[in-house]
Amino acid sequence: MTTLTAVKVNRRRKVSPFTYLFLGIFTFISIFPLYWLFVVASNSNEEIAKIPPSVVPGSRFLVQLRALYEAVPFNWALFNTIAIGVVIAVSQVFFSALAGFALAKMKFKGKKSFMVFIISTMMLPSQLGVVVLYLIMANYLNWVDDFKSLVVPALVTAFGVFWMRQTIDTQVPNEILEAAKLDGAAVFRIFRSIVYPVIKPSAFVLGLFSFLYTWNDYLFPSLVLNSPNRFTVQIAIRQLNGSYTQDYALIMCGAFMATLPLLILFVFVGKRLVSGVMDGAVKG
Amino acid sequence: MSLLQKAKMMPSRKAAGIHAHDKWGFLYITPFFTIFLLFGLLPILFTVYLAFYHWELLSEANYYVGFQNFSELIKDPYFWIAVRNTFSIFFISFVPQTIVALLLAVVLANPHLKFAMFWRTMLLIPWITSVLAVGIVFSQLFGREFGMINVAMQYLGLPQVDWVGGTIPSQVAIATMINWRWVGYNALIYLAAILAIPKELYESAEIDGASRWQTFIYVTIPQLRNTLTFMLVVGTIGGLQTFLEPLIYGGATGGDSRQFSTLTLYLFEQAFINGRFGYAAAIGIAITIIVVIISFLNYLGSRKIAGEEGVKS
Repeated sequence: MTTLTAVKVNRRRKVSPFTYLFLGIFTFISIFPLYWLFVVASNSNEEIAKIPPSVVPGSRFLVQLRALYEAVPFNWALFNTIAIGVVIAVSQVFFSALAGFALAKMKFKGKKSFMVFIISTMMLPSQLGVVVLYLIMANYLNWVDDFKSLVVPALVTAFGVFWMRQTIDTQVPNEILEAAKLDGAAVFRIFRSIVYPVIKPSAFVLGLFSFLYTWNDYLFPSLVLNSPNRFTVQIAIRQLNGSYTQDYALIMCGAFMATLPLLILFVFVGKRLVSGVMDGAVKG
Repeated sequence: MSLLQKAKMMPSRKAAGIHAHDKWGFLYITPFFTIFLLFGLLPILFTVYLAFYHWELLSEANYYVGFQNFSELIKDPYFWIAVRNTFSIFFISFVPQTIVALLLAVVLANPHLKFAMFWRTMLLIPWITSVLAVGIVFSQLFGREFGMINVAMQYLGLPQVDWVGGTIPSQVAIATMINWRWVGYNALIYLAAILAIPKELYESAEIDGASRWQTFIYVTIPQLRNTLTFMLVVGTIGGLQTFLEPLIYGGATGGDSRQFSTLTLYLFEQAFINGRFGYAAAIGIAITIIVVIISFLNYLGSRKIAGEEGVKS
């Protein structure tokens, strides 16, 4: 006991002011680019181009915002992205939890090889299939400019299944399932009333992950979406890049507006995301 | 623990489960299996097929060319430039990123740190920012004439750097975008791994009078070996997919003289700018082969280290 106390006392002394300085610098670095988006978005291009440039927010943000809304249908983009993101998140959580439940707690033929198969496909670069996926959407399904091309392939992913399998395997005790089985409960009822309440926090984090991923996804949406009214936020912002002139204030205003909703979401779910990322590290 | 090791361990576990209803097991994985078959596996198989064809989007005149796409690729100087850039960008992002993330993780793991949750949360902000927004703001910061970074360097009396035209400076700029977005996330992964290290190891190191640096080298790093291997594999796969940062920074060619063109960007350029889908498929397969080789080398490397440890103990 004496040794332990000594160790603790010793450790307490170890948090030096330099530690806080170090963390402070990295917090500054984490925030600065987002602050800079706002600075450029709220100043005229001349203010930014002069030497030394303005480093504080100006008064032109609303002017830029109006220009943004004139250039692209930004409200549509917000609506589309949120709708697609929520549908994908809900569906991914549901189907991943189902498959994860089966893979964690049921025995059936081919389960082992199926698991190895899922894990090895997670190691393939996702862009490998993107060319063909586009051809399938364009030539065979006629889903170009249709949200189905974004939603359907993302309804459930290998990552989600792996995530839920690990969660259910470690968090749902077999004894409870055995007891429920003796009571003669149907499998889906077991899933809904015993498994689901236990895995809810982890499922929420998976939903958040897939929402964030959908929000920020660029490559595939840029290939399949054509009409401005169907753009997602990222695709709408990309349209602001002029072919000849670069209106930085307008582009940065767009990038800021594309990030702001996530920052607001982050205020509410930041802590849960942090623990989700850290849990994921242990799962992996 | 690496994914492969994990996969190997799984069969040995005897889960009690709910055997009576096991016939339903397959039904539960059917939705995933269907989606995965149609939009995951089928495109991959079709990519292999496509790589042996001359294929255009709307043309009826697609024809079999055998290994021609591959033999052209081997001789394509742009492909090799993309290979070189992909690896150099990976190197100048992964190494500093890992060092800084480890430092941050060690600092965050201190049990007496105040506002611990606040620091962790702030470090995750870059990760929720889209690559597009990151690309936009850093393109401005690294701008040739009015970019903040050159202005600040001038103020400090340092020479001006052509962050777009120069090969190494432009790749440093791209690596900076990647590092900014990922360093906090990686720090949290390492932090989770550090917190899982048995406390006794640190206590005995402390009793033995080890300095903080010695503790880090002889206790923390060896205990993080599996996490580091895992991050290297995941980092390589991610690194080979670097695409959007160079696209925003300098268009589909990755700069005027392809100074920061990457493999995935070249794939994109061939398919969606030049309309050469067969050739793009061949590039996709080349990327996959590189991933497989690196993962295999990594596996051999980690086995070798594990073997040496076994001899020691």
